[in-house]
Amino acid sequence: MKRRTLMQGLAKTAVACALPLAALAQAYDTSRIVTIGGATTEIVFALGEADRLVARDSTSLHPPAAQDLPDIGYMRALAAEGVLSVQPTLILTEPGAGPPETISVLEAAALPLVVVPAPYSAEGILTKITAIGDALGVPDKAQTLADQVRAELDDVAAQVANDTDAPKRVLFVLSTQGGRIMASGTNTAADGIITLAGGINAIDQFEGYRQLTAEAISTAAPDVVLMMDREGDHSSTAETLFTMPEMSTTPAAQTGALVKMDGLLLLGFGPRTPKAAQALHDVLQEQS
Amino acid sequence: MMASDTAALPFVDRRNTARRAHIWLGALLVLVSLASLAVGASGTSLWGALMKLAQGEALTLTERVVLWDIRAPRLVMGICVGSALAVSGAVMQGLFRNPLADPGILGVTSGASLGAVTIIVLGAALPAVVQTTLGAGLLPVAAFLGAWGSMLLLYRVSTRAGRTSVATMLLAGIALGALFAAFSGVLIFLANDMQLRELTFWSLGSLAGASWLKLSVAGPVILVSVALACTLGRGLNALALGEAAAHHMGVPVERTKAVAILAVSAATGTAVAISGGIGFIGIVVPHLLRLATGPDHRGLLVNAGLLGASLLLVADMVARVVVAPAELPIGILTALLGSPVFLWILLRKRGLVDM
Repeated sequence: MKRRTLMQGLAKTAVACALPLAALAQAYDTSRIVTIGGATTEIVFALGEADRLVARDSTSLHPPAAQDLPDIGYMRALAAEGVLSVQPTLILTEPGAGPPETISVLEAAALPLVVVPAPYSAEGILTKITAIGDALGVPDKAQTLADQVRAELDDVAAQVANDTDAPKRVLFVLSTQGGRIMASGTNTAADGIITLAGGINAIDQFEGYRQLTAEAISTAAPDVVLMMDREGDHSSTAETLFTMPEMSTTPAAQTGALVKMDGLLLLGFGPRTPKAAQALHDVLQEQS
Repeated sequence: MMASDTAALPFVDRRNTARRAHIWLGALLVLVSLASLAVGASGTSLWGALMKLAQGEALTLTERVVLWDIRAPRLVMGICVGSALAVSGAVMQGLFRNPLADPGILGVTSGASLGAVTIIVLGAALPAVVQTTLGAGLLPVAAFLGAWGSMLLLYRVSTRAGRTSVATMLLAGIALGALFAAFSGVLIFLANDMQLRELTFWSLGSLAGASWLKLSVAGPVILVSVALACTLGRGLNALALGEAAAHHMGVPVERTKAVAILAVSAATGTAVAISGGIGFIGIVVPHLLRLATGPDHRGLLVNAGLLGASLLLVADMVARVVVAPAELPIGILTALLGSPVFLWILLRKRGLVDM
């Protein structure tokens, strides 16, 4: 078992580090693909290769056509027989697919699994696109898409560089459940998109998402509050949010600066990220 | 004729009912097991595969993986976990003379959860040697250690001069359970959102993580402790009359208590370690059987094992088919099925429902 685990680890590392090489060395049967991870699915659609998809995980909600595909469940709680039942020839996944038992059964069934790296940066999106293009055997299409996304990202970056005002301090609020604010620290998709849009994450004391104390929010002094736009979410209108005592003292409350954006668009780090960054940048500029 | 005989000897009648129930419940388990091998998200057919084998043909890779690496270990794990939870529930209710007791009341489940949470949140900080050696076994091993650690602690706390106080144990179990839950809470606070979601799914329980490797370690522990627990019928019957009375009946009271606690902790701790949190089997199954066949523990314990295994296998089949190709966590289903049944039992006992 030890040797097998080690070999699996090595194999995965090799795939993750040297995808372009691996793709040259090994051509996958790409006729029936399962994608795991929202951005991965979006990229396959953006490459125009969606007809090879036979199923997707529950985080793959965009484009809407993806939702017509069978759902194999949440990416960290996959069932081996469910995955096998759609008879895939290749699995494209972002890091974190599991549980490990399911992955080892899929490997026992000789199912190739390609792990696409997924860092929250501009460069990360381009790497994803290239990796997926190579795995699908369409490097040219991937190059075209990557060039286009790069141009769009560069365009936003150029605008950010030309911004004359001081960068806005942005507080990303994941939820306000129970009257407590769950905010995003560093090393998150929210942090990544705020940076791309030329803002500054108002919270940099911790990694990931945490509930904040009231005083930390006052200290963070955000100029703008950013939230995901969810249907039927009445709890987070600007009025209720900014009347929370900890919020009322912030610059954002004084100008009523609450920005709501589609969650998948905002945090997906896929081909639509330049649009998300552009939209967020525009809103941040309007707040001046 | 028989009616008047048995009316005079209710105890004999009850024993015969329980014996007949062994056969019926055994047959049920065999049927459910076969169904469990035949049912799944993929179209792989058990009969088709058996036909092929009978004619000396080779199975396809998918058939072999689905039947041998997915469904068969799930079946064995379902039998182990279901019987462990139900028998442990019956033993706990007898030992504490409390109809609400279940394996979780000893804090063993919280101990196992603490082990699992620790690995999910802090596992990446372990030395690489430990990680590669144990691999996917890391989480169950940690949960197992958590369960056993909590059991030993509880036993130390509630034993003085060789005598175990059941009352102290009940209270200490609740206190330790709360303490371990608080430690888990600290770790949950430190977890990132990926880990949180993993924790949520773990706490809902699933048989999807079944593998022969896990079962080769966990299976023998569970089967031996369940078998051991099933021998406690006479002792638990005597304990129902009180410790002093049991002692005068010649039952080794301290040994019965020690074996009961050891067997239950080993069985449930291991079951939770490999399957996560699966509720209600331990509390509902013994109650159902007591209604049907009476309170005599001698037949009850074995019957609880058989029915617990069957029920969990049925729940697992529903879990893996109803939203295929995805899968429901089984803890949702046992609670969905178990809670109304439990409520019905309660209302019926109080004469509020007549059926």
